[in-house]
Amino acid sequence: MTITTWSRHLLIGLMLVAAILAPVGQGNYITYVLTSWLIFSIAAMGLNLTLGYAGQVSLAQASFMAIGAYSTALLTLAGWHWMLAMPVGLVLCFVVGLVLGYPALRVQGHFLAFVTLAFNTLVFLVLRNEDWLTGGNYGLMGMPRPDFGIFKTMRQVDFYYFTLVVTVAAALVMWAIVRSPWGRAFKALRENPIRAESLGVDTRRITLLAFAIGSAYGGLAGALVTSLVQFIEPGSFSLVHSLRILLMVVVGGAGFFFGPFVGAAVVILLPEVLRFTEGYYLIIYSALVIVMLAFVPNGLLGIGAVLRERFWPSRQRADMAQGAKLK
Amino acid sequence: MSQFLQVFLSGLATGSIYALVAIGFTLLWQAAQTVNFAQGEFVVVPAFFVLVGLHVLHLPLWAAVALALVLSLLVLGYLFKKLVVGPILPAGGISLIIATMALGILLKESIKEFYGAEAQPFPALVPQDPLNLFGAVVSMQDIMNLLISLGIVVLLTQFLNRTRTGRCMQATAQNPAVAEILGVDVKRMVLYAFLVNAALAALASFLITPVYLAKFSNGETLGVIAFIAAIVGGFNQIRGALAGGLLIGVLDNLTATYVTAEYRAALPLVLLIAIILLRPQGLLGTSEGRTV
Amino acid sequence: MSQPVLSMRNISKSFGAIKAVDDVSFDVNRGEILGLIGPNGSGKSTLFNCILGQLRPDAGHVEVNGRDVSGMRASQLNRLGVGRTFQQLSVFPKMTVFDNIILAGQEHRGTMASRLFGAPDAGLTEEADRLIGFFRLTHLRDTLAGSLSYGQQKLVDAAMAFMAGPSLVLLDEPAGGVNLTMLADLKDRLTTYNAEHGTTFVVIEHNMEFVMSLCTRIIVLAEGSVIAEGAPADIRANQTVIDAYLGG
Repeated sequence: MTITTWSRHLLIGLMLVAAILAPVGQGNYITYVLTSWLIFSIAAMGLNLTLGYAGQVSLAQASFMAIGAYSTALLTLAGWHWMLAMPVGLVLCFVVGLVLGYPALRVQGHFLAFVTLAFNTLVFLVLRNEDWLTGGNYGLMGMPRPDFGIFKTMRQVDFYYFTLVVTVAAALVMWAIVRSPWGRAFKALRENPIRAESLGVDTRRITLLAFAIGSAYGGLAGALVTSLVQFIEPGSFSLVHSLRILLMVVVGGAGFFFGPFVGAAVVILLPEVLRFTEGYYLIIYSALVIVMLAFVPNGLLGIGAVLRERFWPSRQRADMAQGAKLK
Repeated sequence: MSQFLQVFLSGLATGSIYALVAIGFTLLWQAAQTVNFAQGEFVVVPAFFVLVGLHVLHLPLWAAVALALVLSLLVLGYLFKKLVVGPILPAGGISLIIATMALGILLKESIKEFYGAEAQPFPALVPQDPLNLFGAVVSMQDIMNLLISLGIVVLLTQFLNRTRTGRCMQATAQNPAVAEILGVDVKRMVLYAFLVNAALAALASFLITPVYLAKFSNGETLGVIAFIAAIVGGFNQIRGALAGGLLIGVLDNLTATYVTAEYRAALPLVLLIAIILLRPQGLLGTSEGRTV
Repeated sequence: MSQPVLSMRNISKSFGAIKAVDDVSFDVNRGEILGLIGPNGSGKSTLFNCILGQLRPDAGHVEVNGRDVSGMRASQLNRLGVGRTFQQLSVFPKMTVFDNIILAGQEHRGTMASRLFGAPDAGLTEEADRLIGFFRLTHLRDTLAGSLSYGQQKLVDAAMAFMAGPSLVLLDEPAGGVNLTMLADLKDRLTTYNAEHGTTFVVIEHNMEFVMSLCTRIIVLAEGSVIAEGAPADIRANQTVIDAYLGG
């Protein structure tokens, strides 16, 4: 192991410890925010796969959260255990992702952005109008938290640890994807798509699958949200929320593995920090985003990578140090 | 039948205004590689410039409108290019898309904070009396809107096809590298594209706000409709954006009247998905070439 | 007589009023190194792009190992056993030489699923190292491809084209911009590879020296038609060819 890999492992270990210790001694509200951070990290991880690795803009991540949330809610309200309800939402999101992505990705250009934008709005309309199923504007409430017999998640802090386990599992799966030959194909597709195609990389198919998997991650996040908040309504899954998740990926650094965690932290915490500005916070926030994109398009971890290269130039494997250049 | 005619004409009128917005959007996309997700807000802001002119500066209507037009050109045209697109476009199209989304939020929230959240009445610039046409009751405003919008489109087409500057702009849109070699001032042409878009957005704003009142949140629907119109029509042609706008305007009205009010907003979205599925180059567009 | 690896039958292609390729036919047999040469505008690039599926001929068809490849996507063509090199920007700059080569082979191993769940190197480390060794790039194995010299990148490009064991490789101006020492190296590696594996090459090239010494057979194009065909020595002495290059 090189020094950098060793220090990397140490860093990850420290982060895990920090995550485990974080809610200790904190009140319910802080624990709730931390859980929310984990859940949005999952959603952002999925979108990072689509955007950062496969280079496609999806504006529907919130609607996939909605699909996961509502399907889990309806099933758990009907008596299913969360562990059985959640996969239903996952599979549903994956399939919908395939169906949506297939026509949109056949054509060059940012068509997926438009299709996902339309889809998000459509989903919102359905959620709002079909109240026989979704409760309409009043939403659904009273969803039970998962119960594992010896371990119940009713308390906020217990649910946090449950979410942490799920998040770590999701991250491990994502790590496996990114380290596999698929990860290499994504890199190639970002750097030189024509060369990649000429070497047999089916760019369309792999992009489509990335989008479908990314959407499934959205569904997982949604399934967790249902149990966290125990009350869901259409307004939580509107287009604005898809934009928020997109911002998490971009601010953290698209194409960097830990970007989503950093980005989610910033996007969730910043409103708290800017709370004193009251109504102006969105204005400041969006202005900051524009400025950030002008000066650091590769996000916060992008700054880190630039600094690291400057002070510790490395000859290590490129895919460990670099993120995507959004094109 | 007369009701149908009413609904149809009214739809055409609204659609013609959508077309203006869609044309501007297409122009920016083609000539400046800018997919402007703040286009909807671009159509809301000029109306508020007018309101500021009227209620804060106490200008007469014509002066307020003139001021609003100038401000729109300056802010939504020149400043937009200089401060947002210029710095961010080199970083890639996706960064720019996200930046324009953020800009949309910025504009929307600014209006909400600095002017107000309630819908504001907006003075009509054209007479609003009802007319009787073949038994259908149509508002003069609709007819005027339709005529004015079509007039603007014709003027724009003439400008692009018959004047030297217009042809240079077209060349820049088709192939900036070659245009540059041929001596076209590409940077300036791109600036003109931004200015034209700002003007189109402002004009659309003046025409449509009397109907829907001025509200900070109008941009959401307008923006979505604009680019759906552009894509449905065929985003590589101005004619396409015009056709797309008119089509959506008419279909939207027909749907709302005869089919469903709740899912009215779904129509353009379904249209979009259908077009991308069946004919991605749009109704009037030409095939862009091989996909990757 | 075994089937030709590449078969061009009555290919014609026009761009508006300009007939770029006019009824061109030829076969390429296994193991041959065919050179396609001709003055500018002779139609060789157009022909090349027809083989690669980037252009659809107006008439005639292109067959690789007996299969019609018109309109095929690049990735499909590659899976069929056709490799190619590029004139420019041919490597993945932010990946190491090793990763570049692995990528070139991984899409031919297993399915999408096996590539997702299998080993990160798709089991190709040995093969990749062998190929890297063949091109004498072992000392650069873990260097980012973007930091290599132009000539070295061309070698990596060639290695990538060969990694999947293609039956046909199309080389697009392989000698362009390469210095003399590298050039000799490149020619030596290509000739050796051809001798060892029997892979068929089709080369488009402007560098006469390079083409004449590398290729086993040459086809000369001028103004869209074949004007001469044969062994390098014959082509050199062919008056029609000399006229085409020098004449108006």
